[in-house]
Amino acid sequence: MKRLLIPALIALAAGCSDNNSNSNPRPDETTPPEPEPVVNAIFEVGVVNLTNGQPLSPIALALHDDSFAAFAVGAPASAGLELLAEGGDNSQLLEEVEGRVEASGEAPLGPGGEETFVLELDGDDVSDLHLSVVSMLVNTNDAFTALNGVDVSAMEVGDTWMVNAVAYDAGTEADSEAAGTIPGPADGGEGFNAARDDAADQVTMHSGVVTSDDGLPTSVLTQMHRFDNPVARFTVTRTQ
Amino acid sequence: MKKSLSILSLLSLCSLPAGAADIDIEITNLTHGSFFTPFLVAAHADNVSLFASGEPASASLQAMAEGGDISGLVADAEAVNATLVTDPAGGLLAPGQAASTSLNTDDAPDNTRLSIVAMILPSNDGFMGLNSVEIPSEPGRYMFSVNAYDAGTEGNDEILGGGAPGDPGFPAPPPVMATSGTGGTGVAADAEGFVHIHRGVLGDADPSGGVSDIDATVHRWLNPVVRVVVTVN
Repeated sequence: MKRLLIPALIALAAGCSDNNSNSNPRPDETTPPEPEPVVNAIFEVGVVNLTNGQPLSPIALALHDDSFAAFAVGAPASAGLELLAEGGDNSQLLEEVEGRVEASGEAPLGPGGEETFVLELDGDDVSDLHLSVVSMLVNTNDAFTALNGVDVSAMEVGDTWMVNAVAYDAGTEADSEAAGTIPGPADGGEGFNAARDDAADQVTMHSGVVTSDDGLPTSVLTQMHRFDNPVARFTVTRTQ
Repeated sequence: MKKSLSILSLLSLCSLPAGAADIDIEITNLTHGSFFTPFLVAAHADNVSLFASGEPASASLQAMAEGGDISGLVADAEAVNATLVTDPAGGLLAPGQAASTSLNTDDAPDNTRLSIVAMILPSNDGFMGLNSVEIPSEPGRYMFSVNAYDAGTEGNDEILGGGAPGDPGFPAPPPVMATSGTGGTGVAADAEGFVHIHRGVLGDADPSGGVSDIDATVHRWLNPVVRVVVTVN
């Protein structure tokens, strides 16, 4: 209200200095302008599984502010990330985000597969907007790939970029590759287990799987499960 | 037309001495189970480098890559007026951990390139190498993913041994010893002869025998092995 009063006072003062202007009253400035229709910002995220033998667990995606990070190298994994990285269940991580938009794939994304997600904001405010995408390599103990809170606030409509993503190790489960410890189809074993028995309780990059064909006789994995970086490709486009 | 051209060239001359840099550097060990020996961080001129892929390693690079001794590289770099920081991690940099330091080249504006090297443990002659990247002049935060190289000076036998140039095997300070095995019969005997991207360590699953004293489930790596974040002030 104060803002409206000040121009009105100025108009009055101007009127005082010019006696002939009284017959031309100014238009009523207190009428609110027509509200412009709000266009929701939309981001499309394409995911390609670049591996030979590692299905990606249902992709978890979120747009959030910089108060959230899915993980940091050298820091312990959150409970939600542990659940995702050991068992492919992204539900708890998506709860931890408390973001502006969350989404999840409905099924694992197989090797060579491609999937596109549409993230629509409520409104067009993209300030302090960050994108995280996380998914488990399911034929491993606790490997995952991710986009970790990439700043998308400067993206204009039509902007697009692509990044190749590496494999991380959640550090919550030893990489034994033993029968019964891997939830993917190579084993059908246990997924999440609350015990944290890796060398150090911290996220690092993944060292790759050894497999029974390459020096680990007790591994249920074979050469076809081996992978190298990058393991996934993310393409992000702001479409609206 | 001539006038505007000369003005442009004057402008570009003015921007040339911006080689002077005030930068912060953060080095993160991304690996799951490998350590790095003391880092050498060097800003240097664009006509020198610490190593080149495909070329034989210098004796100083060999000493760094086989035993973590950077004194030879420090002397080489000082001889060409490089701006140096040594051992910003204060010893071994453990998996997942980070070290930070700063560099200022105001007194040496020709030092426009940044190189960082350190040996990977356990490995025979593996090292991380950020090789002569141009230091950005625009203030901001820049991330570099750094790969592992093999110095090519020692066969990758992967057995416990020494760190002096020519000594077989890899040196194992306590935190490396704690996760390494013994009694390996040896993987590869011959040095490769040239610097190249490391093929990775093989390791085995036998802590008291097998072919390797490296643990296959702990000490392998996939590139990149280090993240360097340069903040240009």
